[in-house]
Amino acid sequence: MKRVVITGMGIYSCIGKNIEEVRNALYEGKSGIGIDPARKEYGYRSPLTGIVERPVLKGLLDRRLRVGMAEEGEYAYLATLEAFRMAGIDPDYLEKNETGIFYGNDSSAKAVIESNHIMEAKRDTALLGSGAVFQSMNSTVTMNLSTIFKLRGVNMTISAACASGSHSIGLGYMFIKQGLQDLVLCGGAQETNLYSMASFDALNAFSVRTGEPAKASRPFDATRDGLIPSGGAASLLLEDYEHALKRGAPILAEVAGYGFSSNGKQISQPSDEGCFIAMERALKDAGVAPSDIDYVNAHATSTPQGDMFEAIALDALFGKSRPLISSTKSMTGHECWMAGASEVLYSVLMMQNAFVAPNINFEQPDEYSCKLNIATQTIEKEINLLLSNSFGFGGTNSALVIRKMN
Amino acid sequence: MKREEIDEIVKKFLIEDLEVEEETIAPDASLKDDLNIDSLDFVDIVVIVERNFGFKIQAEEMTDVQTLSQFCDYIESKVEGN
Repeated sequence: MKRVVITGMGIYSCIGKNIEEVRNALYEGKSGIGIDPARKEYGYRSPLTGIVERPVLKGLLDRRLRVGMAEEGEYAYLATLEAFRMAGIDPDYLEKNETGIFYGNDSSAKAVIESNHIMEAKRDTALLGSGAVFQSMNSTVTMNLSTIFKLRGVNMTISAACASGSHSIGLGYMFIKQGLQDLVLCGGAQETNLYSMASFDALNAFSVRTGEPAKASRPFDATRDGLIPSGGAASLLLEDYEHALKRGAPILAEVAGYGFSSNGKQISQPSDEGCFIAMERALKDAGVAPSDIDYVNAHATSTPQGDMFEAIALDALFGKSRPLISSTKSMTGHECWMAGASEVLYSVLMMQNAFVAPNINFEQPDEYSCKLNIATQTIEKEINLLLSNSFGFGGTNSALVIRKMN
Repeated sequence: MKREEIDEIVKKFLIEDLEVEEETIAPDASLKDDLNIDSLDFVDIVVIVERNFGFKIQAEEMTDVQTLSQFCDYIESKVEGN
């Protein structure tokens, strides 16, 4: 079996538009949450959202390559440019070598809804334009990135709700570990437009703490009242370790283990059991014990139920060793389809810079979170092994173990 | 609508919407070979023409249209027809 390492990372998010900005924001415990007044006018219960600036790609990319790209694809393009640059991969390399892509995405609402508006008004598909179909499909990110970067390896989108990004890394890891690919672009993208989260808002799952947007996302806190939707994109280049050594690539960390499970229960109900199985499987795959883990990046989204079930599972598995835990969603909000990838990236940044980012707004533990060792402030700490959790609707669970490379 | 006005609107959307290089735009320029308009661009031109001139291009009426001036002739004939 091959060893799998991360050799490039790129990010476009509400806490920063590149690695440097994001590393600083994580260290400073900076929130990227704000108010979008248009959401209230449109009919949302909550106007809270991660504030992500729309990229301008005109001048960077040819029109034909932009026309089929939805907003989440634009985020992913910029994140991927940064990741390839970091990994020392240029167009010439991509032309001569096979590179794959597994990218998490689970909606592209704006293109679908805008097309529907045209159809209702004009009753004529000829007036939808050439980009609508490529923007509307769930695979919009992989179809666009693979075209722009001329990728010729495995190519597919992973749609697994809020665990999409994490499973994309898990599958990239499996493909490289098995020797099927040398290099796979993994990641997750999440649209942030007005249309994207209306049906999620319908479930009363979002925080309505509008008076203090930066305090609205409070994972594990007893007064949490829901998640804040957010988005952007995170790209991670996974590479066969030997291949990376031969290329002289920067080796940022090792993907050491992947665990997964499905709850097999109600569609929106989280489960401590499913979460526990995914984490235990990831540790076993990495060949490490719970006590070896220095830091856990929790999935915790700031919903009453989800955080409770994860806290129960974390206590069951890590109750004795009590590693530091934080949910970076306290700063970013819930980056949904992107979250599993961005949170591995955030965690690798902490590993590289020897700190644990804070779980901001954790002020009052509840009866479950009081058992966990939650970082309320930035803590300087060497991290050799970490675990990142991601869970999604339908009971999909994913856990990844990341190891520091010396 | 005057012919000059049609020419101006077409030139404007070729540059702004389709990002055609301005120096390639000439009456006898081939839509395909000089302006690099491909079949997917043509799908967008149908939308743009409907928005700017209020009619829908019929593909079968475009079979003999090769150059920019022929394209503007076609638009002129449709706008006059209205």
